[in-house]
Formats: sequence, C-alpha cells, structure tokens
Amino acid sequence: MKSHPASLPRPGAQGLTQRYGAGLKRRYLLLIALGVATILLGLQAVAVGSYDLSPYKVLLILLGRGEGASEVVVWSIRLPRITAALVTGWGLGLSGLLTQSLLRNPLASPFTLGMSHGAMFGAAFAIVFLGAGSVTTSGLYTSDSGIFMFSRLYAVTLMAFAGAMAATAVILLLARLRRMSAASVILAGVAMSSLFLSGTILVQYFATETEIATVVFWSFGDVARSTWREIGLLAVATLLVSGYFLRRRWDLNALLAGEETAQGLGVNVTTLRLVGMLLASLLVALATSFHGIIAFLGLLAPHISRRLVGGDHRLLVPCSGLVGSLLLLAADTMGRLLVGSGSLPVGVLTSFMGAPLFLYLLLKGNRS
Amino acid sequence: MTLEATDLHFGYNGHEVLRGLNLSLLHGETVGILGVNGAGKSTLLKCLDRILRPSRGVVMVEDQNLAKLGGVEIARLIGYVAQSQEREPLSVFDAVLLGRKPHIQWNATAHDLDVVSGVLTQMGLDHLALRQVASLSGGEAQKVIIARALAQEPHLLLLDEPTSNLDLRNQLEVMELLVGAVRRQGLGAAVCLHDVNLALRYLDRLVLMVQGRVHALITPAELTGQHIREVYGVEAVLAEVEGHRVVIPQASVSHNLASPASHRHTQE
Repeated sequence: MKSHPASLPRPGAQGLTQRYGAGLKRRYLLLIALGVATILLGLQAVAVGSYDLSPYKVLLILLGRGEGASEVVVWSIRLPRITAALVTGWGLGLSGLLTQSLLRNPLASPFTLGMSHGAMFGAAFAIVFLGAGSVTTSGLYTSDSGIFMFSRLYAVTLMAFAGAMAATAVILLLARLRRMSAASVILAGVAMSSLFLSGTILVQYFATETEIATVVFWSFGDVARSTWREIGLLAVATLLVSGYFLRRRWDLNALLAGEETAQGLGVNVTTLRLVGMLLASLLVALATSFHGIIAFLGLLAPHISRRLVGGDHRLLVPCSGLVGSLLLLAADTMGRLLVGSGSLPVGVLTSFMGAPLFLYLLLKGNRS
Repeated sequence: MTLEATDLHFGYNGHEVLRGLNLSLLHGETVGILGVNGAGKSTLLKCLDRILRPSRGVVMVEDQNLAKLGGVEIARLIGYVAQSQEREPLSVFDAVLLGRKPHIQWNATAHDLDVVSGVLTQMGLDHLALRQVASLSGGEAQKVIIARALAQEPHLLLLDEPTSNLDLRNQLEVMELLVGAVRRQGLGAAVCLHDVNLALRYLDRLVLMVQGRVHALITPAELTGQHIREVYGVEAVLAEVEGHRVVIPQASVSHNLASPASHRHTQE
C-alpha cells in the first residue's frame, strides 16, 4: 500500500531543511528591519518641516510631556498626516500586490487598471450631484490652504467604491471572457481610465465653481486632508484586508503556479479572485475618497518588495504594505521639505517615481 | 482500488467531450491515456480531479465520492500536474512546499519541511533546492512540478503531458522518476501522453480514447497496429527493439485516415 516520501531514507534532508530555514529567517529579519526603518522615518517626519522640532522633543510630546505650539503641530498637523501616509501607503501597496497576484499580471495596479479613476469619478459624482462636498473657507481654513471638508463623507466613499468596483468588474470580465494578455488588460485599464476621466469632466461641466474647486483639489492626491476618524476607518479596513490575505497567503502562492495547479491544490480560484479584487477595490476606494489619486504606488511597492523578499506571499503581503507606507511617507515628507510653506501633493511625487518603472516593466515585458 | 470513475459525461457549450467514460486504477498501477488531440484526454483528467465538474457520473478515490468532498479534501487525495506549467517566482524548495498547501493549517510544520526535503532528495533535486525555479532547465523544472505533486502525499496522481517540451534524455528521466515514485509509494497514476512509445515502455495499462469514449483498455503487450490505426488514423507496425516494443509509423500516411472516428470500417 501507500508509503509517503517523508518515511523514505533521505540523506542530507535534515541539512537541507536547516539551510532553507536559515534563508527564510534572513528574509523575515529584512522585513523587521524595514518595519524599524519605517518607524524611524515616521519619527523623523514628525520632527522636520517649516516648524523644526528635535527628535527628543518629538518623543516628549508623544509621551504626553509637550506644551504650546509644538504640541499642536505634532498632534493636530503632522501626526494625522504621517499616520495617513503610513496607512494609505500600506493599503495601496497591498491592493497593488493583490491586483498583480490575482490577475497574474505584473503591470496591474489600482492606477493602471482604472480603479483609481473609477473611484475619482464616483467621488466627483457624489460631490456634485449628491451634494456631498463643501469647502470650508473660515479664517483658519482657507481654500488656498487646501483644507476641504466633505459634508457627506460616506456618500463620497460609497460612490468611490462603486466607481472602483465598476472598473474592477470590467477588467475581471474581460480577463475571464477574452483570456487577454497582461498588456491587453492594461490597455483595457487605460480605456477605463479615459472613460472615467471623461465622466469626471462631464460631471464638472454641471458643477458650480465651488464644487469644481472641490473636485479638482481633491483629485490631486494629498494625505494632509484627512481626519482621525477617516484615518481610523482606513486603518481598520487595511488591517482586516491584510489579515484576510495573510490567512490566504498560501492560496496566493499556489496561484503563482497557474490557475489549474492552484485548483488542483484545493484553491477556489474564482472565489479568491472575486473576493480579493473586491477587497482591493474597497481599499482603493477608501484611500482615494479620503486622499485623492495617489498614482503608481500600488505598482511600485509590490515590485520593490519582490526584489527585497522574493515572490513568496508569506513575506510579500506584509512587505508590500510596509514598502507602500515607507514610500508614501518619504514622498510626503519630501513634498513638505521641497516647498518652504505648505507642501507638494504627494500624488505628483509618486507619479514621478512610478511612471519610469511602469515604462521599464512594459519594455521588459515586450522583450520577454 | 485507488480510482473508480463510472459513466463520466462532460461537455463544453453543448458539445459533448466525454461520453459515458469508465476507468479504474489499482494501487501502484500506472495508466497511460492515449488519443488524438481533442479526444478528451485532458478533459478526463480535469474531471477526475473535479477541476471541471462532470455533468454526469461518479468519481470515487479511495472509496470516497469526490462530489461530496471540498477542494482541499480532494487535494489531499489527488496530485494534479497540469499541461501548461508556469515558472513561479519561488525557490525550488518553496515551489515544492506548495504541494503541502492542502495539509498546512496556518504555517508549514517541521513535518511539512521534512516531506519536502525527502521528495527533493528522492527526485535528485536537493542540490537545486535553494535555486529559483525560473533559473532551471526544462527537465529540472518538470521534475520540480512532479516533486510538488508527490509532496501532496496523494493517493492518486493525474499528469497531463508530463514529458511535453522535454528532450529525449529528460523524457526518460522524468518517466523513470515518476514510475519509480508511484511504485515505491503504492500510488495510482493516470498519465496523458502523446508519445505512444513512452507509454509502451513505462506504463502498466493503456486507455485508448476516441471521441470522448474509451475505445480500448489494454496492456502495452496487447497494443497492435490496428489499435494505432483506429485511434490515430495512422498505419503503423509494432516491433521489438532490445526488449522494448515500439510503434513505427509507416512512411506514407493515407489522407483518408485523418479522421480516426470514421476509419474503423474503411481500414479493416
């Protein structure tokens, strides 16, 4: 009868397991180092800016021993912004990884598939037609300072989700029905992006000047505008989605070997893909409705992560999130430091970083 | 009995591909599934693993009805090797560790790692364990894929063209490793093959398929030129060369033999 390979004599097998374990441990240590680097950059980011603070003073303020203006700067301005960058970066990095892994397409990301533009269209629709947006122009918060408040926040989020899902549904349907190549799926994403951009322009045509200003400013991509409540909502969603995909990390690994092999290993590929894309859309919708379009981060983070820890989703899921956080925080901090007072929208900087990588991947794909 | 499939039916878009197919397999037995392109060989394997759901019929593996089992439970019984294989961006060890997925709850245990190490050593892949799959040759990559299926510790192996795209030496190596592992571990294996000579040399029984039906279920010793004509529409003779039976197709092939479905009466 049946005897299993584990019971067979295997000289050197123990040494092999140990060598493999040591390699895996090294990759986990790299992941921890990345986490520490992100925390250190976060602390540094709190300290630097037009109102400079020493890291020691920052630490005192965080421990509740601060006072005066510096305490307001840290707790009300910098910390929400930095936390928003960390959480949004993690969410976009993770959703980028999910789109790439689930569609088995290295060029996929929320931005290149049109999900971000779908979310933008949905949000613009909510702002203009559902009365979900208004601009606060009090003495403290002027339109120039760019602090916008959405009166009906959840209408924007829900419509952004619907827009992102519409783009996702079209991509999934095309990928399934037509068995399209990786590049063709991205071309479909370009078409979806154009469609949603045109839709957004059409929505703006019917908008008042205030609403246009809200939509345009909102679409810039900026982590400085969210409240603790919004950051909390995004953080909870990101945590839940991360947990779900850490649980499904072996399924994502199995998908690397092909759909039929994954099915043969007990993975329900259709359900995994549908649930995964739905959750990725949710993260993109939340991130986009709170912070606008942050281009290419979802493309950059997984590719950098693969270079660091390889293709194994046990490490790739947390690493893509961490790299996303680190990149967005670095870009936002750079945006603050480059401009004396105020800051550059972070979406502009991520585009500068991401577009060359996208072109490189496209050329690499063509060569292979 | 490892496998017992009864009255299997399956169709794509109204076109019936499997038409009441029966197949059984014993422990330690290897069966070759032969037939022309489109005869339903790959569809049969997918139906046996429930990657495709048969419209009618029952598949029992180790006396368990697969229709009543979940995907993971089926994966603990059956190791499936697909025809088109991807080079996953993983190390060889990680790629084979994927085979333990149906057994892993949260993380791979020491036992899972031991099984993988054992299979890699058994397949002669231990020296490549930490290399990336993408950097391997075609033959090495195919061995990794078979190693992954063995790491599943299945009772039944289903392999779709495991030697396609391999050179002669690698074809022989892969078949020897495969058949050796199946016999040592007492598994059952159904192998789709295009190469009749490989099937004759290595497998215990042959299922000859024509248009979604079992045309003949024979041992390699029973294969005749008439079978080849009926299944492939090709005139051939069988010869014995150094103890191995081989099929030698005739130099000229009659065009009116091209459709195996209709040749039986015209050729006999």
